[in-house]
Parts: sequence; structure tokens; C-alpha cells
Amino acid sequence: MKLYCLSGHPTLPCNVLKFKSTTIMLDCGLDMTSTLNFLPLPLVQSPRLSNLPGWSLKDGNAFLDKELKECSGHVFVDSVPEFCLPETELIDLSTVDVILISNYHCMMALPYITEHTGFTGTVYATEPTVQIGRLLMEELVNFIERVPKAQLASLWKNKDIQRLLPSPLKDAVEVSTWRSCYSMQEVNSALSKIQLVGYSQKIELFGAVQVTPLSSGYALGSSNWIIQSHYEKVSYVSGSSLLTTHPQPMDQASLKNSDVLILTGLTQIPTANPDGMVGEFCSNLALTVRNGGNVLVPCYPSGVIYDLLECLYQYIDSAGLSSIPFYFISPVANSSLEFSQIFAEWLCHNKQTKVYLPEPPFPHAELIQTNKLKHYPSIHGDFSNDFRQPCVVFTGHPSLRFGDVVHFMELWGKSSLNTVIFTEPDFSYLEALAPYQPLAMKCIYCPIDTRLNFIQVSKLLKEVQPLHVVCPEQYTQPPPAQSHRMDLMIDCQPPAMSYRRAEVLALPFKRRYEKIEIMPELADSLVPMEIKPGISLATVSAVLHTKDNKHILQPPPRPTQPTGGKKRKRASDDIPDCKVLKPLLSGSIPVDQFVQTLEKHGFSDIKVEDTAKGHIVLLQEAETLIQIEEDSTHIICDNDEMLRILRVLRALLSIKFRCLHLK
Amino acid sequence: MDPGCSRLLPALCAALADPRQPVADDTCLEKLLDWLQTVTEAGSSLLLLQENPCLVELLFHVVKSQDLSSRILAFSLRLAGMFAAQETCFQYLQGELLPMLFGEAGPLGGAAWTAPTVRSGWVQGLRALAQHPSALRFLAACGAVDTIFSLQGDSSLFVASAAGQLLVHVLDLAMRGPAEGHCGPQAHAWPACAQEIVCHIEASLRSTATPQVAQALNVLTTAFGHYHGLWMQGLWVRLSPLVARLLERDPVPAAHSLVDLLLSVARSAGPSPDGGLWETLAQTLSRLSPTQAGPLALGILQLQGCPQALRTQAFGRLLQPLACVLKAAAQAPGPPGLPEGAAGDSVTVDTLLSSKSACVGLLCCALAHLELLQPLPQRPSPWPQAPLLGAAVTILRFCNGSASPTSDVGGRLCTILVGCARVQRAALDFLGVLSQETGPQEPVTQVFAILLEYLVSPDSSPMVLKKAFQATLRWLLRPPRAPGCCDLDPHPQLFLGELLPVLQKRLCSPCWEVRDSGLEFLTQVTRSWGGQAGFRHALLASEVPELTRQLLRDPESYVRASAVTATGQLSSQGLHAPPASPEHPGVQQSLLEELLHILSTDAEGFPRRAVMQVFTEWLRDGHADVAEDPEQFVARVLQAASRDLDWEVRAQGLELALVFLEQVLGQRGSRCAYAVALPEAAPPGTLAQALRALCRVQLFEFAFRALFDCDRPVAQKSCELLLFLRAKAAPYGSPQDAGGSPDVASVEATLQRWQAGEQGQPLGHLEPGAVMAVLKSLDLEGLRDTLAESSDHVEKSPQSLLQDMLASVGVLSENEADCY
Repeated sequence: MKLYCLSGHPTLPCNVLKFKSTTIMLDCGLDMTSTLNFLPLPLVQSPRLSNLPGWSLKDGNAFLDKELKECSGHVFVDSVPEFCLPETELIDLSTVDVILISNYHCMMALPYITEHTGFTGTVYATEPTVQIGRLLMEELVNFIERVPKAQLASLWKNKDIQRLLPSPLKDAVEVSTWRSCYSMQEVNSALSKIQLVGYSQKIELFGAVQVTPLSSGYALGSSNWIIQSHYEKVSYVSGSSLLTTHPQPMDQASLKNSDVLILTGLTQIPTANPDGMVGEFCSNLALTVRNGGNVLVPCYPSGVIYDLLECLYQYIDSAGLSSIPFYFISPVANSSLEFSQIFAEWLCHNKQTKVYLPEPPFPHAELIQTNKLKHYPSIHGDFSNDFRQPCVVFTGHPSLRFGDVVHFMELWGKSSLNTVIFTEPDFSYLEALAPYQPLAMKCIYCPIDTRLNFIQVSKLLKEVQPLHVVCPEQYTQPPPAQSHRMDLMIDCQPPAMSYRRAEVLALPFKRRYEKIEIMPELADSLVPMEIKPGISLATVSAVLHTKDNKHILQPPPRPTQPTGGKKRKRASDDIPDCKVLKPLLSGSIPVDQFVQTLEKHGFSDIKVEDTAKGHIVLLQEAETLIQIEEDSTHIICDNDEMLRILRVLRALLSIKFRCLHLK
Repeated sequence: MDPGCSRLLPALCAALADPRQPVADDTCLEKLLDWLQTVTEAGSSLLLLQENPCLVELLFHVVKSQDLSSRILAFSLRLAGMFAAQETCFQYLQGELLPMLFGEAGPLGGAAWTAPTVRSGWVQGLRALAQHPSALRFLAACGAVDTIFSLQGDSSLFVASAAGQLLVHVLDLAMRGPAEGHCGPQAHAWPACAQEIVCHIEASLRSTATPQVAQALNVLTTAFGHYHGLWMQGLWVRLSPLVARLLERDPVPAAHSLVDLLLSVARSAGPSPDGGLWETLAQTLSRLSPTQAGPLALGILQLQGCPQALRTQAFGRLLQPLACVLKAAAQAPGPPGLPEGAAGDSVTVDTLLSSKSACVGLLCCALAHLELLQPLPQRPSPWPQAPLLGAAVTILRFCNGSASPTSDVGGRLCTILVGCARVQRAALDFLGVLSQETGPQEPVTQVFAILLEYLVSPDSSPMVLKKAFQATLRWLLRPPRAPGCCDLDPHPQLFLGELLPVLQKRLCSPCWEVRDSGLEFLTQVTRSWGGQAGFRHALLASEVPELTRQLLRDPESYVRASAVTATGQLSSQGLHAPPASPEHPGVQQSLLEELLHILSTDAEGFPRRAVMQVFTEWLRDGHADVAEDPEQFVARVLQAASRDLDWEVRAQGLELALVFLEQVLGQRGSRCAYAVALPEAAPPGTLAQALRALCRVQLFEFAFRALFDCDRPVAQKSCELLLFLRAKAAPYGSPQDAGGSPDVASVEATLQRWQAGEQGQPLGHLEPGAVMAVLKSLDLEGLRDTLAESSDHVEKSPQSLLQDMLASVGVLSENEADCY
């Protein structure tokens, strides 16, 4: 069993698991932090951004000044933003049989995989994951495509040139594999390969393994996956939450008794408690608006925004903010708000019960009804007519590199009355703000990440007790900035195995058993012999029939009777002709006894050598070599001594388990 | 016993003895016992039994009956014990009844004995009975002592505890009297009963079973805690070697009980005990685990006359967990500055690191013990203020993850403590207590820094935040270092600059507990610092006053109440929010109007009560808005308060009326609102004017309504107010002057209707003369006496009790009892 690690980002994983005869890709997250190296794409012509000076080398050489621009001491690529794809060279992705998606954030690289690698398999995901994932992709494509940029910078990626660049460009990894955004056509094609699944639904993969999605409590439709055969169980935990937010609670019980638990997608801000952060968010929002300032919340169009709107619904009256307009601007704002209300079966119990009243599960419906929350596809059109300040704007993209947020950063950045509040944990807020410096507006960092923290992980692992834990290397040591915080790492026994990008892990357990069914009539014919109380053995002579990874022992065919040659053999009768089935030899060979018995049977000049794996018995006179190893015995001879030796062996061996391969 | 009760008693006894009429309510039986107890205490029990033979009949019936409920049986056991407490009565009952109740022929060992109530009744009966030497002989004769021994391990904790106490009581009874005075440790000199008990205790102390040892230790603790006979000393000399031997076992059995016993002995022994007590204490201190040693160390430090060496050892033991923390956090090796003996030993470190619960428990206990010790006069001196502050700050740093220890122990402590709210709360409490000490300046900077971290941190839970605010307040308000200094110390002044933005944010928190804590903090800090220029300047420059005012409309009633108090306080100090901004003209009404609006419209009681308190303070302090036209102010407030459904608001209205009265008529003789003192009469001219003013604000209508209020405290307060007024206004006219006028008659008629519960009719306009006449005609003193009695005084009478009980068992044909 092997795990191919294609992504280095612990919360945007992309791993491939080879298990039995299947190749399963677990998530295909897209690392978008690469876009932080690019200049923002303004919706409206920005003189500030277009007049940034080109960057030149220390020696004054300015050959890169078209591609790289300098802003407040930072250098940015002036080009269409590009994303860091999962590794495509480590394994032939056309061999991937299925892709399992755990949540909508972890499927953003799907079009790159399904459309450009020869992938012919199936993708499995829950319905909300697909629908909201589609919205996220649609928004992304829209953000990028509506601001066409003629230039595609590539010179700076040259390894020799990259070395000369200042940080962080100099340290950016795998830049040659960075790709610009996919098209809507590719998105549609990729999504058409998805097959919808429901929680706890068992999906057979080629009869070899069974995969099952379980609720992970993190987002609408988010799942963990169980991948199991008859005797092995691998759990894939990705982006799970134990907090009571809008999704269905996490199913922990089904993760019990795993041989391997692959753990990804823990909180990115383990020191920040989401409750405290929501408090910070509300307080800072109220203080800003009270002073006549505007609040900008860069966010994704789905997920935490639902919870934030719910908090604000309860908060605005108490804080005297009832008259302040809330704007949600995204090409998919309307769909997102409406989708959230229709996935009742995927919501937590409280919200599910509302549906029967009947009431909308999320209170943002009421905010919209009362005109407190308004949503627009973009800043153009109706929004510009309705726009009233002070206000609160929720819009994307959280990287601040594209989307309507760029416009508001340019618009409000100069006033210290305004505040930008970062709630999404995916991007470093300092790096996100770098191309907007100098900035007068206040910046508040309230990352709200509801995914598991290390205390919760520790409890979870104690509860479900996997034999082995596999996780990204970032989780096996404290964060570099807080090296003394030993509580901010996974602490389990045996220690977790860690992986990093482009690494292949041999998972530390061997498959030892395979389930084989015995046909009833064959079972009837067995005569078990009790060798010790409670354990009976019987020799089985049968035909092993294997199809679709299912193994069946069938009764051996009767010795063929001469039929007079008239009857035609049926085509479906694929049992091989086997006239007389001799019982197979099995069992370990006691070497001393073997030698003595050989001597009794007339062999002389026997030499025994010990090897690393067993013994070699050399019958010099008979020119025969017998290699005895733990699970095999080879008899190498050119003459007819073979039969004699076999007779000796047969006399020696009682019925045991191991197979003896005769050559 | 009054005849009424005597008449009811036979029927009641018969009802109690009748198994078909079960008593539904245990509390009735308890009340009956209480009442009979007072009767027996007042006179002879024997006489009582002779006059009321039904009581003895009841006891006999109980003894013979097989199917009585366990609660009647337990009641009878206690009743018999109570009667037999008097020796004459004991003799009267001894012949047949007592052995049948308490001896082997009684419930003991029978089916009824399985009920814990019966066992408890048996023990309590004997406890009441054992008051005289005859009782001792009776106990011996019926073999009760052995039963008491076995009941010490009873499954019911109440029974077990009562059995232990009974044992001590019997021991005391046996040792008192002739035996006392010559009872050394030698066994032969002790009375047989005492000898038996002490031997049992000795055997228990030798036992290898911890519960038995604990029983013996608990019995001894009770003995030394509650009895002070001379024999106690002999007992300790005899038993102390056995107790000391417990320390040789590993682990020490029943350590908590042992600690209780040793402290109990030390407290009862006075300043110079015999029997090597100090040595035993020292030995125990070093033998017990850190968790067990904490309470002992604290107890030792609270003892009088304890040797210095032992005190030092105890203090060291108490400080050990904190020393470990300091050592674990130390960046460079060096003494943490704690007294000798406090150095963290490996056992303490092991306990701290063994598990999260052990670590949290030990640290919380250590902090709580030191917190208790700090204000005591006998606390160790010199008090290690600086290291203790350092330890508290370090613990808080471990808890919020800002500590960066280099040692392994520090790293593991950090992992255990990070985010632990219980330790955070304990450490913040302790930090607050340490503010009362003076010490070096340097740690103070650290204290303010860590407090600020906690106040700022979004991760601080509401409770932790509240504690952080409380600790901050104590540090801010601690006495100035330079006496006579009129402005703030530099530290608080600097701190204030950072604190107010945090407070601002906390007042906007979506969590109401946080907003509430913030407002409470603001009120208290303003009360103390309102006059300080530095504070005033910083506060007015912030948005805090405006936010506070905004919170008057908070959806949470507690927050509104706190906001009312805070704005009231700010306004008193001239620190309220500035008038309406030009963008919103007319939106902002005056604070007085806003508070009056809350008083008349708020649906919850807390904000309205807070408004009344603020108004009372404003009136008392001559707040500018009030001083403009106090009469109108009082009239409006009283009008709103009189309609209020919350009695506390109405009572507070009377408080405000009293303040107004004092201002109009002059101070009362006593500051106490309920004290009856005749004030000096006011000069007639001023008085007339004053009374007219009181009439104008309709204070009388308010007070008269309150006089007949259905809530007793309101009526009482009004009565006091009117008594004060009457005394003050005595010279104004005479009843004859106005008594006959039709005005007075109609007022009196209205008041009578009010008293009857019809309060709909208004009093109309009152003239001072008529008011005074009504005041004089009212029996205010009588009313005050009636009100002084508790509202259930009628229902609490024994006769009522007996009637109730009879009614409940259906004996009374007509239900005469009231609903009580």
C-alpha cells in the first residue's frame, strides 16, 4: 500500500492511494497562495497600479521591468495570476481509477487533473460539494476572465533568472508548473465526471475495495472517507470540524478501528478560537461603522460567510447597526445564498428542524427580505445605484488579487476610518495587503477556521484509535514561529508518519489476508480435524475462481470420464481440466529432521548452509540444491531425484499453513 | 402546651399511629418535633407525657405495630429520645418502652432497619437521649455501642456521619463527671464504656482497611473539634503514637481525614500542645503528596503559637507548586526568590506533569490557599510579593501560550496549561489579591502587560475576561505609592491609554457577559477615578461614554441595567457622552429623559431598578439635571415607580422619597433607614413650605399606596418613612384643626379601601393639613409591629401545624387549615 503525495499544502491536499488493485486520488486541492506573487487585477483602471515602476536588477539591468513591478519594497509579477498545481510527474495520473472529494475547497484543481492528464475514471462527491464547488470555480473563472490581461509573464520563471529575484519570488517553488486559470468549459467537463454520493453510501470499486463518505462537520456536504477491503480499513480525514456550525455534525464513530488514518485539513490557525474571532469580527465591525467607516470582508462566496451572516443577524440590533447596509458581491452570490437554504438534509439538526416549520434554515433570508442584506453579481450595474456608506461589504477574492475586492481596496484604502477584516485563513493577510501599501485603512485579522485543532485531534485519535496515523509533515512539529508550543502538533503513539510534496510513502502495514468464499457444496465435503480445542483444520482441494477481485473456492471438477467424444464442451465451462488433484504440500520444514530423513532415504554427502532467509541443503552426490526459506522451498535438480526428495518432504510435513512452491 | 394544641394532639397521635393514614409530608413531622422540643425545653417532659398520655400511647403503638411506615418509626425513635433526655422522664420510659425502641427487640435487625430513615432516627434518638449517666448504663445494657460501631460504615452517609458523632458524644458523656480529672492515657483508669470506644478507635487505626482508618480519624476530628473536656489531652497522648504510625505506611491512608484531625487537635490544644504534635505535623507535611499537603500547610500557617520552623516548612510546601512553575519558566538558572524550602521537589514536578487534571488541581489549590493566606495577620513575613507576582504572571503566560520556556518541564507545563480557563481564573483572582501588597515596581509592569494581554485576547472566555477586569480594577485602584498624590501613578496612566480601546471593543462584543463585565468595570473605575484629570481626559477622548449610552438599548436586560448604572455614574462625574452630533440632530434626548423612558417602559426589572438607584444617587448628590427642578424630577420618578410591578422598584422609590424628605425637612437623626429615632422638629414656617412641596410631588399618595403594598418590605419602608415624617412635622397643626374636615374623611375612606385591596381610586389633591391629620390618625406604630412579624406568623403557630397535619391525613371533617 503506497501513498503518493502530490500537494505540499496541508489543507489543500492531493494524495494518491494505491490500495489492493485500485488507484484512488484523495482530493485535488489547488494551492492559490501562488497568486500572492502577482499584481492585483483591478476591475476599474487603477492609475496607481498601472504606474508602478518596473523592477530592475541591482546592476541596473531592466530586462524584467515589463514582467515585474515594484510596490512599497515588494516585487510582483505583472501578469495573469497563476496557480500551483499538484504534482503531475510523480505518478501517471491516467492510471487513477477514482477521485474522492472531501469538500468544495479541496476540488479546485479538478479540471487540471481530469482534463489534462488522460484521466478516465470517476469522481465521487456529495451534491452540496459539487454545487458549491461549481460556484467557487465559476466565481474564480469569472474573476479572472472578466479582466483580460494581455500579458503572460514567463521570463522570470527561468531558473537562472529566478535566483536573482528578491524574496518571496526567489523562494517560490515549482514555478515552472504554475498554470493560469482553467476555462468554464473545462470546469463543466470536469464536473460532468462526478458521480454524486450520500453520507454512509457504500460504493464498490472493482470489487476490491469499498469507499464510503462520512459527514465531517466542516462545510455543507463535506466528507471524510472510509476506504476498506474485507480485512483492511483506511480512513481519510480531511477538513473536519467538531464545532456546532451549520453543517451536519462529524461522524466519528465510523472512523474507529482503522489500520491507517490519513489526517489532513486541520485548522490553519490553531491558536485562534473561532468563537473569540467571531467576537473580534463583530466588535471591530461595529466600531468602524459607528465611526462612519466602511468595512470590507474579503471572503469566499460560501462557507463561513453563512455563519457570519447568522452572527450579524443576532448582533446588529444589539449594536445599533440596523440601519447599516450589508452588501454581498459575487458573481455567484445569489446562487450561494439560495443553495444554502435548499440543502436541508446536509445541515445540522437545528437547521433541519426549521425546514419543517417551515422556515428557511439560515436567517440570511430574513436579512435579505428586510433589505438589510443585499447581494449583487458585481460592482457594476444595480450596485452602483444602491451603494450607500457607511456599509459592510462581503466580497472575493480573499487573496485580494482579483475579484471585486480589489476595487474596494483601491477605493477605501486611503481612509483610516475604513477597516478590512480578514476572516478566511487561507492567505497571509500581510502578503495579501502588500501590493496595496501604503495603506491607511485599518486591518483586522480574525481568521475563522472551524477545522479540528490539535486538542480535538488528540481526543479524536484517542477515541478512534487507528493503528497508524499519516499526516503532512507540518503537523508533526510545532509551527516554526512558535517552536516551544509542543501542544501545536500531533501527539500520538506510534508517532505519526509524515509526508511532504512529491514524496511516496510505503504505508506501514501489510495486507495479510484475503477473503475467499467457499461454495456450500465444497464446504459440506470438508472433514475438519480438531488439532487443539477450538481449532479444526481440513485440507481443501478446490478450484480458486477469481473474478472482479472476488475469490471463490469451487469444488474441483470430477475426473473427466471418457465421453465418447460426442458431447461438445460448453463455452462457459471455464474450469480447467484437472484430472487428479494431488494435495499440496505445506508447512515449515525442520531442517535437521529433513537432513536425517534424507540420509535415511539414502542420500549422502549432505551439506547445510545457513542463509539470511533460511537454509540451503546441498545434495552434492545427487547434484541437487534445496533452498528452504520462510515461505518457499525450491528444489533445483536436473535429474529424477526430485521425486525421491518430494517423498521425503511429504513424509515430513503435516498439514500447515504455508505454501510450498516447487520448481 | 396551650389547651388548643392539647385538644388536637390525641387525634393527631391516633392518625400518626394509623398505617392507613400515611403522612405525606416529612417536613410536618420535623416541625412537630421542633415544636415538641421547645415544649420539653420549657418544662418537664414527664409532666408533658402525663398530661398527654396519647404521646406514650403513640410510642407503645409504634413498638407493637408491624406495618407502620419507616418515617413514623424514625419520628417515634427521635421523639422518645427527646423525652428521655430528661432523667426523670428517662426513668419513666426506661422500663419497657426504651428497650423496645432502641434494644434488640426493637426495629434493630428487623425489616424496618433496612430503611436509612429508621437507622438515622435510631441514632438521633440515642443522641438526644444520651444526656445523663443513666443513659450510659442503658446503652451498655442494650448493647447499643456495638451497633453504633457498625453504623459508622453505613451505606447512608448521613447515618454513618451521625453514628460517628454519637460515638464521640457517648465518649464525652462517659468521660465527663467522676472520671474526668484523673484520666491519663492509662486504659485502666477509664470508664468501661469509654474504654470500649477507645479500644475500637485504636483497632480501627491499626486496621489496614482505609475506610476504617478514615472512620476512626473522623470520629477523633469530631471529638477534638467540638469537645473540650480535660480528658481530650489524655486521649491524644494515648492515640497519637497510632496516628503517627499511619505516616509510616505508603501511601498514607485517609490523608484528608488525617489532615483534618491533626489540624483539629492543634486548634483545640492551644499554643503549647503536648504529645509531640508539632513533630507529627512536620512529619505529616513532608510525608503527604503535594495535593494533600496543601490544606495542611495552610491550616498550620493559620494556627496560633506554631513554631517558626514548622511555619517555614509549611509555607515552603505551599509555595512548592509555584516554585516549580517559576523554575520551569526560568530562562537562566538562578534562585526564583522564594523562601528556603519552597524549591520545587521532584515529587511536586511529577504531580504537575502526571496529568492535566492533577496539574490543574494542584495549581488551583496552591493559588487558592495563598489567596486565603494573604490577608491574614499571621501570614508569613516577609511576604514574598515579587516571586509570587512572578509566579502568577508566569502561570498566566503558560495558560495563554505566550510563555516560551526552554526547559522540558516548562514545555510540558505549557502543553498542559494552554487554554485552561480554570487555572486562568484562579491565577487572575490571585493576581488581584496581590494588588493589596506593596512591592518593587518592575513586576507591576509585567502585571499590567499580562492583564492587557488577557483583556485584548479574543480567546479569553467571558468568565476569564470578567476575572481579568476584576484583577485590573484592583491593580488600578490600589493605594497610590506617594501619599497625597492627586493624580494617577505613571503605570496606571500609561496602562489606561491601552486599556480604553480594549474596553471600547469589549463593549461591542456580541457576547452579553463580556459587555456586562466591561460596563461593571467602567462603573467602578469611574467611581474611584472620576475626579482624576488624567482619567477624565483619556475617557472623554475615547468612544467609551458614547458606547455606554448606546448600550442603554441593549437587547439583554442585565447589560441594560449595567449600562444604566454606568451612564449614571459617568453623568454624575460629568463624563457622559457629548450632546447629539450635527449629523443626527434631535436624535439624542437628555440622559434624564432616556432613563425615565427606561423606568416607565422597560419590560425587565433589572434596568428599572438600576434607574431608580441612579436617580436616588443623583438626588442625593445634587446632580445638575436634577438640581434644576428637583420637585418635578421627584414627581415624575415617583409617578413612574408607583405603577411599577417590581416591588424592588417601589421600595427604591421610597428610598428616593426619603432622600427628598431629608432634603426638604432636614437630616434624620440616624443614618439607618429603619432606625426609629425622633428627629428634631422643623420650624413651623419652613415645615409648612416643605409639606406643600411634598404634596406637590405627590409623595404622600405614593407613600400611602406603599403602606398597603402587598409586598411587606415596601410597606415596612413606607411605614418608617411616614413615622419619620410624622415625628418631624409634629408641631404642624393638631388633629383637631383638620380632623373634622371633609377632605380628611374622604382620604381616610380611600385609605381604608386601599387597605382592603381596592387601590384603583386616586387620592386626589391633598392639603398639608389633611395629610398631617391622616398621619396622626393612622396607627403607624401598630402597623409597623404587624409588619415586623413574618408574613407566616399566623400559619407558623403550633395549633396551625397540628390542624394542617390532621387535615392532610383527612381527620378534620372540614378543612379549616389555610393553604400554607
